[in-house]
Amino acid sequence: MPVVRLTEYSQRGGCAAKLGPGELAGVLKQLPVTFNPNVLVGIATSDDAGVYKLNATTALVQTVDFFTPIVDDPYLFGQIAAANSLSDIYAMGATPITALNLVAFPNCKLPGEVLQAILQGGQDKVAESGAVIIGGHSIADDEPKYGLTVTGLAHPDKIWTNAGAQPGDQLVLTKALGTGILTSAARADLFPQGVAAATAGMAALNAVAAKVAAGFSVHACTDITGFGLLGHLYEVAAGSKVSITVNSAALPLLPDAAEAAGMGLVPAGAYANRNYLKTVTFAEHVQENIRDICFDPQTSGGLLLAIPAKQAEELLAALHDAGLAQACLIGQVMDGGGEIYVR
Amino acid sequence: MSDKVVDCRGLVCPQPVIQTKKTLEAVESGRITIIVDNEVAKINVIKFAAAKGLSAAVEEKNGHYYITVIKGTGQQSVSAAAPIPGSAPEAGGQVYLITQDTLGHGAPELGAVLMKAFMTTLLEARPQPAALLFINSGIRLTIQGSPVLEQLQMLAERGVTVLACGTCLDYYQLKEQLSVGEVTNMYTIVETISHAKAVTL
Repeated sequence: MPVVRLTEYSQRGGCAAKLGPGELAGVLKQLPVTFNPNVLVGIATSDDAGVYKLNATTALVQTVDFFTPIVDDPYLFGQIAAANSLSDIYAMGATPITALNLVAFPNCKLPGEVLQAILQGGQDKVAESGAVIIGGHSIADDEPKYGLTVTGLAHPDKIWTNAGAQPGDQLVLTKALGTGILTSAARADLFPQGVAAATAGMAALNAVAAKVAAGFSVHACTDITGFGLLGHLYEVAAGSKVSITVNSAALPLLPDAAEAAGMGLVPAGAYANRNYLKTVTFAEHVQENIRDICFDPQTSGGLLLAIPAKQAEELLAALHDAGLAQACLIGQVMDGGGEIYVR
Repeated sequence: MSDKVVDCRGLVCPQPVIQTKKTLEAVESGRITIIVDNEVAKINVIKFAAAKGLSAAVEEKNGHYYITVIKGTGQQSVSAAAPIPGSAPEAGGQVYLITQDTLGHGAPELGAVLMKAFMTTLLEARPQPAALLFINSGIRLTIQGSPVLEQLQMLAERGVTVLACGTCLDYYQLKEQLSVGEVTNMYTIVETISHAKAVTL
């Protein structure tokens, strides 16, 4: 297969290629909301996936996600895209069962082997999750894009939403932050060590984190993706009608992320997230590069779990025992109405 | 002195930062104007300049931003990658890459004695070195209980940059015990040794 730099075929990679949260919210609110009693989680609460109750014991959990190349290696891109798509299922506390490929490919510019490698990466990652790809759809396009729709199953009473956080809960984050910044660094051929760590993190499934957390009283869960840590925390805070305090010193950071942010390798999506989020208050001592990381769009980021304080240490230890060394307690939930404080 | 213009209009992030970096590295001294056409690129280029210890002036014309950065004659690019305090009047340009916790190859006891003698003598050297970079077992010299900790702390107080490899601290599980200087990465190490007179020990 010829060596191609896949990221050169797109202007923006991964979840940084999302529409901004403000832009999207403005459009969605123009559309009428349809009511159906079987819809347990719909578009109203900006959750990770939709949930439809089939019967008293089974709910269908569905999600779709696709994006432009975030790394140059097509096989790795496939793996990351699949891990990212599957993540929404894990964030709802569900088990993935089937997936469909979504592909856009510049077949005049790139050889078929590249597409094959992308799909192989996706297929291998879906197989690792225990689910199976049962079809897909492709179109010719100038920019390569790949992702999947994923369907999962859960008990209707055991769905994790982003709207259940309670005052007093502790917040656990299971992966380190900074994938958007380090993806910028990769395009600049800088910080190879941090880029390698970011790539490995993005390709890792959230399956283990979800499985471990299932043994605890999870009040709310979401995965950290394109809207950045604070964007997704805001969804939790607003959805749960609480406020959240983040301890910036406790945030798990990818190697080199702080330094890369400090030298201006900050993706446009981070600024879009920052402009949209008006309810965030930073303590004065929180440095600019850490603020950037808080807004940095993540691709295939970790799970953010709201857990009763008395179970928090135990959950953290269980995550560490399961090999998730980056998992950290990053903050707590308090009374309020959607405010985020970063101290 | 030279004047340079880097036109980054139409380029998406991180290209404006990369172009700025390349130009700053290529130019010994002078005024560099970077032109960008969006707010994000403007902020990122200003951040980059600040990280290199340079101030930037911004002028807006017809929706485009003209960012002017002045690289002084005395400004070494090495001082930017790893802020080596140019303020230390005695600081020279010498950089030492210290790859082990003993000096030279042979009997380890002798190597330890020699390393202590070296660091103690270095305190007397004029000009003082610009930076000491510690990698592999060399990082053992920067942690609690190091036989040369006192010497390194004195050097650091005088403005000598002391940097310890983060990967190495992690590997030896000694990050918590770092007692002098700061954690660094291979990027900064390569930048620092390639822009200075470097000696490997």
